[in-house]
Amino acid sequence: MSDNNNIIVAKDLTKIYNETTTAVDHLNLNIKEGEIFGLLGPNGAGKSTVILMLLGLTEPTSGNIGVDGFDSTREPLKVKSITGYLPEKIGFYEDMSAYANLKYTAELNNVPYREIPERIDEVLDLVNLSDRKKGLVKTFSKGMKQRLGIADVLVKNPRLVIFDEPTEGLDPKVANQILQTILDLNKKKNITFMLSSHQLNLVQKICPRVGIMSRGKLVGSGSIDQMGRDIFGGGKFRIEIELAKVPDKLVGDIRKMDKVLNVAVDQNKLTVTCDKDLREEISKVIAKEGIIMTGMDIKRDALEEIYLRYFKEEE
Amino acid sequence: MRSVLTVFRKELTDHFSSKKFLILLALIYIAGLASTYVALQNISDVASALDKHVFLRLYTTGGDVLPSFISFITFFIPIIGIIFGFDAINSERNSGNLSRLMSQPIYRDSVINGKFLAGVTTLSIIVASIAFIIAGVGLTSIGVPPTSEEILRIFFFIFICVFYGGFWMGLSLLFSVIMDKIAASILTAIAIWIFFMFFLPIIANAIANAVAPLEGATSAVQIQNYTINQGILRISPSTLFTETIAILLIPTGGHFMLQPVFESDIANMIANPLSLGQSLIQVWPQLVIIIALAIICFALSYILFMRQEIRST
Repeated sequence: MSDNNNIIVAKDLTKIYNETTTAVDHLNLNIKEGEIFGLLGPNGAGKSTVILMLLGLTEPTSGNIGVDGFDSTREPLKVKSITGYLPEKIGFYEDMSAYANLKYTAELNNVPYREIPERIDEVLDLVNLSDRKKGLVKTFSKGMKQRLGIADVLVKNPRLVIFDEPTEGLDPKVANQILQTILDLNKKKNITFMLSSHQLNLVQKICPRVGIMSRGKLVGSGSIDQMGRDIFGGGKFRIEIELAKVPDKLVGDIRKMDKVLNVAVDQNKLTVTCDKDLREEISKVIAKEGIIMTGMDIKRDALEEIYLRYFKEEE
Repeated sequence: MRSVLTVFRKELTDHFSSKKFLILLALIYIAGLASTYVALQNISDVASALDKHVFLRLYTTGGDVLPSFISFITFFIPIIGIIFGFDAINSERNSGNLSRLMSQPIYRDSVINGKFLAGVTTLSIIVASIAFIIAGVGLTSIGVPPTSEEILRIFFFIFICVFYGGFWMGLSLLFSVIMDKIAASILTAIAIWIFFMFFLPIIANAIANAVAPLEGATSAVQIQNYTINQGILRISPSTLFTETIAILLIPTGGHFMLQPVFESDIANMIANPLSLGQSLIQVWPQLVIIIALAIICFALSYILFMRQEIRST
């Protein structure tokens, strides 16, 4: 067991391709055992490279990363025996049955022969594929393959599962099923999950803590709530109001209202940061002043803002 | 080590249950048996009463209709090698299996070693089984049992076939490592095979005739022509293979193909077979090159595969 129950520890992890392209830039990351951590970032931010280095599939240029105290570069086999990895484009041997595919994985993981059938039945049951045990993988839908992928990583009894784009290309219903399965497994088996994604809205549903990567750096980490607060200047809501004119008195009145944290003025636009939905109260004040209001908008959660701040600048 | 065996067993199962294996096996059995039939028809004409190696003639005798078994096998072995190697790595990569495989606690070389071993084993089984079937058919038909030397020669023949097939397998494996598209890797491998098989003889002939024209040539020029021709042809592993198996399986006179000999001289020679040891000395350079080529191709694919980055996308 490593320090402070951290299952993943990355220190100054750097990967430079062809001596010019920096894919990962001095990344520091700690993930606790039992956590569901979301590694977010736009395509090309370096998420996949971090995962590759974590699994020992590519060597860091400098710095190090390890799982459960084992260095990924020097002891990749030990890392991979406790780490399950679901790649973004998961593939199976299409002409083999679900059972045969899982059996191969189990054999590669040195699961004792006698335990294999039992183990496979157990994991197929966990992902609700028991009835398709003998079915050829080529007859499976994308969602079923994704579930089979989860079964595939569970065969080795992992302590950590890395899931690259868990919901990519799935319809919302199936995506939610997958997320629910992740939550269940985390609770029942205390498996640590690291989800890598660019779909903020889906991942934030189940990740209490996220890290945001951009251009190889970890630009923010913490709970989405906290990050939103940071962006909103402390409040939970942000109300944007467009007015015909903005007299100073009005600004002062609003500022004095309960739960209002900050008011910013930009020409005819008022931005009110607050801890409560104050739209009604604010409109009343504005109406009393006799000012024509041309628009009002409320931002409840910080997601979009986070997205804009960290992701869009990439494009 | 256990993981190599796991990969090996899975790949072997895949090969044996694959359609390409069944088709190849059927093709080679048909070709082998048909050539044996032709050999049996003609064997009494070519074998003299004093012939010490009648049994080997089963493999080397052809007819007007069909060539001999060794001509067939020269043709088929590269095909078997290519077919069991061309998609070894890139199909795994394209299907997304490779990154899944690589995230298991196995060394990376287990995958390529297991695959290559499975391919070579399949090849060995195909070649050995048809060689033994011909031996069995021949034994019952001609009633002459093979001498121990002949049996050894047949084993050497199978051994060389495996390495020659291993070379083609290694080559196509190399392309499957380098090239992402399966179509590209198979076409490249086949293009090289076709070049060696069909174009190189034409080129060699053209160059030899340009340098030393045969028309009204003296013996010296004829020999020069032959030497140039043969020298160029020996770039091709298939020439080396043809020479090797001809010398091994035709103890009487097979080695004449190594150096220019006039037919008038052959006619005056006493049919005196080489011993196995002498035959092996004759083919030693060819044999070493074939084995070396197989090892080089595999080693190259191995190194490139080990250095490749496995991305899922």
